[in-house]
Amino acid sequence: MQYENISADMKQEGEGARAVPLAGHVGFDSMPDQLVNKSVNHGFCFNILCVGETGLGKSTLMDTLFNTKFEGEPTQHNQPGVQLKSNTYELQESNVRLKLTVVNTVGFGDQINKEDSYKSIVEFIDTQFEAYLQEELKIKRTLHSYHDTRIHACLYFIAPTGHSLKSLDLVTMKKLDSKVNIIPIIAKSDAISKSELTKFKIKITSELVSNGVQIYQFPTDDETVAEINATMNGHLPFAVVGSTEEVKIGNKMVKARQYPWGTVQVENENHCDFVKLREMLIRVNMEDLREQTHTRHYELYRRCKLEEMGFKDTDPDCKPFSLQETYEAKRNEFMGELQKKEEEMRQMFVQRVKEKEAELKEAEKELHEKFDRLKKLHQDEKKKLEDKKKSLDDELNGFKQKKTAAELLQSQAQQAGGSTTLKRDKERKK
Amino acid sequence: MIERPESTVASIARNLEGYVGFANLPNQVYRKSVKRGFEFTLMVVGESGLGKSTLINSLFLTDLYSKDYPGPSLRIKKTVQVEQSKVLVKEGGVQLTLTIVDTPGFGDAVDNSNCWQPVINYIDSKCEDFLNAESRVNRRLMPDNRVHCCLYFIAPSGHGLKPLDIEFMKRLHDKVNVIPLIAKADTLTPEECQLFKKQIMKEIQEHKIKIYEFPDTEDDEDNKLIRKIKERMPLAVVGSNVVIEVNGKKVRGRQYPWGVAEVENGEHCDFTVLRNMLIRTHMQDLKDVTNNVHYENYRSKKLAAVTCNGGVDISKTKNQMTRSPLAQMEEERREHVMKMKKMETEMEQVFEMKVKEKKQKLKDSEAELERRHEQMKKNLEAQYKELEEKRRHYEEEKSNWEAQQRILEQQKLDASKTMEKNKKKGKIF
Repeated sequence: MQYENISADMKQEGEGARAVPLAGHVGFDSMPDQLVNKSVNHGFCFNILCVGETGLGKSTLMDTLFNTKFEGEPTQHNQPGVQLKSNTYELQESNVRLKLTVVNTVGFGDQINKEDSYKSIVEFIDTQFEAYLQEELKIKRTLHSYHDTRIHACLYFIAPTGHSLKSLDLVTMKKLDSKVNIIPIIAKSDAISKSELTKFKIKITSELVSNGVQIYQFPTDDETVAEINATMNGHLPFAVVGSTEEVKIGNKMVKARQYPWGTVQVENENHCDFVKLREMLIRVNMEDLREQTHTRHYELYRRCKLEEMGFKDTDPDCKPFSLQETYEAKRNEFMGELQKKEEEMRQMFVQRVKEKEAELKEAEKELHEKFDRLKKLHQDEKKKLEDKKKSLDDELNGFKQKKTAAELLQSQAQQAGGSTTLKRDKERKK
Repeated sequence: MIERPESTVASIARNLEGYVGFANLPNQVYRKSVKRGFEFTLMVVGESGLGKSTLINSLFLTDLYSKDYPGPSLRIKKTVQVEQSKVLVKEGGVQLTLTIVDTPGFGDAVDNSNCWQPVINYIDSKCEDFLNAESRVNRRLMPDNRVHCCLYFIAPSGHGLKPLDIEFMKRLHDKVNVIPLIAKADTLTPEECQLFKKQIMKEIQEHKIKIYEFPDTEDDEDNKLIRKIKERMPLAVVGSNVVIEVNGKKVRGRQYPWGVAEVENGEHCDFTVLRNMLIRTHMQDLKDVTNNVHYENYRSKKLAAVTCNGGVDISKTKNQMTRSPLAQMEEERREHVMKMKKMETEMEQVFEMKVKEKKQKLKDSEAELERRHEQMKKNLEAQYKELEEKRRHYEEEKSNWEAQQRILEQQKLDASKTMEKNKKKGKIF
């Protein structure tokens, strides 16, 4: 049985799909509902980061936005550095479950030297991206049930000076604009009059533009919400007032702040932009904020990270790499590296052994030389001794000879003497 | 390990004191999904003549295969092919890109061994494409061409599954959602159909084939319906491209001399059940199961092969699966560093020991040579002493004898002197 190659088997009809008419109701128009049902069953999650100086009403605004009292006590101004504290809450409204995480910057703007203030914020955001990336790269992964902690929206609280942005604000926002959706808001805006507010907003917007800070724009590509989003984009930054206390206005209890000269109603659009913020952030664009975080900010982080690690999409000949090839190449490189290290260490040891051996051999040689010298000395001494011995022996022999000869002579002489004496005596006797 | 944010371990449930508005999230999701459009890939597998193309046309109420785009059944195939047709359909503002994958020639040959291989290859290649697209550095919106559902057509023999059916389903049940269908069910009476279904389900369980399972929902009502559907599995279907008038109503059906078998009549066949399940209620779930289960299986097998070198050591690979291949390499690097350290200390130890040995030997031989040298020196000194003693003796003897000789000499001299005198005297005599 002959089986053809896949590429030969597959015959695609045209470049894209051709449109065909339907002769009746098929029923796939329920797909969005199916998708929605699945999402609702799964639950949603949303993560907000609040950046702003201590005392700008960040916690109060969160409480007001979500109609509940979140954890936390007001922070002091004496923090040594910027810390990020996050809390997760499970909220439910009708059948929709939302896992909301609120992250607060504690101590932002309180230090004398604020040069590094933005760093812990950037680090925090990156850490969440990294966690997601690691999960995505795992061999056995559970993305489906992963608790997404990436920051979907960053509310940047601007102090209501009425003049312009502080340099800390510009620096921080510039560092954050490629990592997170920034929504700038003017905090405690009940301290600014309406005319001042308009000027303030214009100044802020122009400063952001001239410094190239990219803030989040509400999307205008979907006709259903394009109009309202476009209008709202023009009201940025939102001037908000937060309050969890209720005051009786007319016959209703409304959230408001009571002053001797009047009451600021949080949900009154003439008094502040709170309603606009809530509308945009929660009711209209929450899903878009999540999508932008995933498809833009996260992708940028991922791309940079992978490029840093040496991954490429195409090899030098511009042929696309398959994932397998990439990993295999990386792995081979890695194994090669390890082997090289092992080799190097072995070589080093071989070298040391050689050196030490040479050293010891040298020492041995010296030792032998020393003893050879001593031996030689000894030989010389021995020879001397032998010579001395010999000369003594010669002397001894000579002496012996002499002695023997003398004794012989003496005995001869004695004999002769005796005979002479005898002769003399004989003669005498004659 | 990546540090997770310093958050409260258990999320706190909070009650809201007023309307916030995130209940609108589902609507936002709805809106976005409609804008994006949907895609679905459906594969049909079965022998020729089982009515696959007709069923597709009936399901989607369209002529997917028409005169201009003839279906595979009209072509004569000698080998198993895998063909895909992509169509765009719109309904109620919702756009669906539907891909139908057909497998003409399947099971038609005399020897059908491995006829499932092209199908497996196709499914794997789609997963491969998705994996590569997902793993690129520069990712763009990835089209999802993976096969979401495979309708397997069983011939209505009335007896049971054929060996080919069993073999195919066994090989594909962990790669794709398999939904078995009894084709051309209008050849079976309801009783025969019941028996046939029971037999098939029994055989499916015997062979441990995992067909697509409907997930339980939280709604009891829905669960009841689902249970009803499950009882009717495998679904017995009839398809038709022809519209017939029955009792004044226009229906799709098959006209026989003895009556009309209506496609959409629940008492005649399970077509409506299939359509509702496949399109109206579980299309999304089929996609989810493909993405979360079948694709992930493919991916982890693929990556495991790359990183674990074939996963030789099972106990090790289990641990490795929870990491990304890069983290895996990091771990291996760390292990290697430790191994190197250990090797280094070992080698160092051996080295030191050998050096010590050698040095000791050297010392010993030095001591030995010293000792011998001392020995020889002592020897020599002893000999010297001996010699001295001998010489002294000799000197003593010599001087003694010389003294003696001198006396003798003197005596001789005296004697000769006396003789001289005597001689002189003697002469006088």
